[in-house]
Amino acid sequence: MELTQKNMSTSAVGIAGAPNLRFWNTTNGKKAIMAVTGVILAGFLVGHLLGNLQIFLGRDAFNRYAENLHNLPALVWGTRVVLLLAVGLHIWSTVQLADRKSSARPVAYQKYTPQTSTYASRTMYMSGPIVAAFIVYHLMHFTFGTGGTEYHYYDPYGNVVAGFKVLPIALAYVVAMGLLSMHLRHGLWSFFQSLGLNHPAYTPKLKGAAAVIAVLIFLGFASIPVAVLLGAVKQDIF
Amino acid sequence: MRLTFHIWRQPNTGAPGKMERYESANMNPDMSMLEALDVLNEELMGKGTEPVVFEHDCREGICGSCGFMINGVAHGPQSKTTVCQLTLRHFKDGEELYLEPWRANSFPVLKDLMVDRSAFDRIIAAGGYVSVPAGSPQDANALLIPKTEADRAMDAAACIGCGACVAACPNASASLFTGAKISHLGLLPQGQPERNERALRMVRQMNGEGFGQCGNIGECEAVCPKGITLENIARMNADFLKASVCERPKSGAAEDAA
Ligand code: HEM
Ligand code: FES
Repeated sequence: MELTQKNMSTSAVGIAGAPNLRFWNTTNGKKAIMAVTGVILAGFLVGHLLGNLQIFLGRDAFNRYAENLHNLPALVWGTRVVLLLAVGLHIWSTVQLADRKSSARPVAYQKYTPQTSTYASRTMYMSGPIVAAFIVYHLMHFTFGTGGTEYHYYDPYGNVVAGFKVLPIALAYVVAMGLLSMHLRHGLWSFFQSLGLNHPAYTPKLKGAAAVIAVLIFLGFASIPVAVLLGAVKQDIF
Repeated sequence: MRLTFHIWRQPNTGAPGKMERYESANMNPDMSMLEALDVLNEELMGKGTEPVVFEHDCREGICGSCGFMINGVAHGPQSKTTVCQLTLRHFKDGEELYLEPWRANSFPVLKDLMVDRSAFDRIIAAGGYVSVPAGSPQDANALLIPKTEADRAMDAAACIGCGACVAACPNASASLFTGAKISHLGLLPQGQPERNERALRMVRQMNGEGFGQCGNIGECEAVCPKGITLENIARMNADFLKASVCERPKSGAAEDAA
């Protein structure tokens, strides 16, 4: 006779067999999806940052970089498809897990005192959606040219300078990058934990590395609006 | 010693509850938190008020029966200590204490500070066992177990199932409990034959019970009276991932038996 839970169990709790949930229908499966898609997005961020920092090389170098990119449609469209899929799955999981999170504790504590957790880890469901809103504006701003500042498709350098000369816009970018940095601070090491990798010697180092990378990404991206505001990157010869 | 208590009073599962304020001057720094509630209950009964219901059994930190929130922390301010082992010397004279039950959809409040944790029993029943032939005993030392693995299994087996992990988790996740149970058996040779099946069944049951997702936040680890670590959750994730990939459609005898 096959040993199954039904004929083996001596327990008095009587379960009718565990629900036969597929991997994607478990919270663990959805977290694995978030981890993989999140790291794909983070990989793109690094490439995007390296590209953007060329703005400090001047108008010609930056606009030439943009033009070169557009002459590689396979790269541009390949990246866009992968990013759209990754963002879509990441947000889809967020929506489902946010629902689970709120139904798992319907009555809130009158007093709740966090012990060791980071603020970044407790606010992933806020930093994420705010970053999503930012991405929508960012695409309108520099890809579609509908962000409300001067836009010429042939002059990305000028678009960036015109965009960040507006103080509230530049500040909004810096704040959004701060939230993204927090998201990465927790997300980058979580990737390993969610996929089942944790080791007493390496996990603390991964947490440290995630924090360093998060700060570097913040400084890198935020440097551009700040440089425009300070006049270090400006509308020179055109 | 004088203490002011704000305690969640709820007559039964369906009924609404609220915080009630009680004061007692008969507290003693050497008392445990449960003894403090015993004294308070004596006073309440003297006044014709219903005593506060809380769960307990061993009162020596090993059975996992006791537990409630004290000022927003599961099992109170002393780390690696259940409320039955927590003494009043960790509080100041005149301090105000807020006592609330574990709050989770999967742990309905039965009365006051007592919740129904049978969801944990069902997770165990789903796969927290090894099927062994119960015949004559094997030779001692027939199964070799490296010391490090034995130690890790022992650390995971220290889980007493009190539910503090669920209570402390912002998502009311039962991952630390389930991870500990899966690791404790999965690290030992006796646990290998059912390792994949166990991970599948226990994780599915945990999900079916309605607990929240793990956000790798770590509040569970911080309040666990037995020091169970997040490493056990990663192990559960790894076992579940592998078991999901390797799962085969049920066939033949297995299908007939099911
Ligand atoms: C560039 C953009 C983004 C990057 C690089 C990123 C990266 C990550 C990573 C690596 C994780 C860790 C996954 C894990 O816990 O294993 C994560 C988690 C998360 N992300 Fe994102 N993410 C981004 C955008 C977003 C957006 C737009 C949303 C929501 C609309 C979002 C919502 C979340 C949430 C809620 C979590 C936590 C899940 C949990 O722990 O339960 N993220 N993200
Ligand atoms: S009463 Fe047994 S652990 Fe507290």
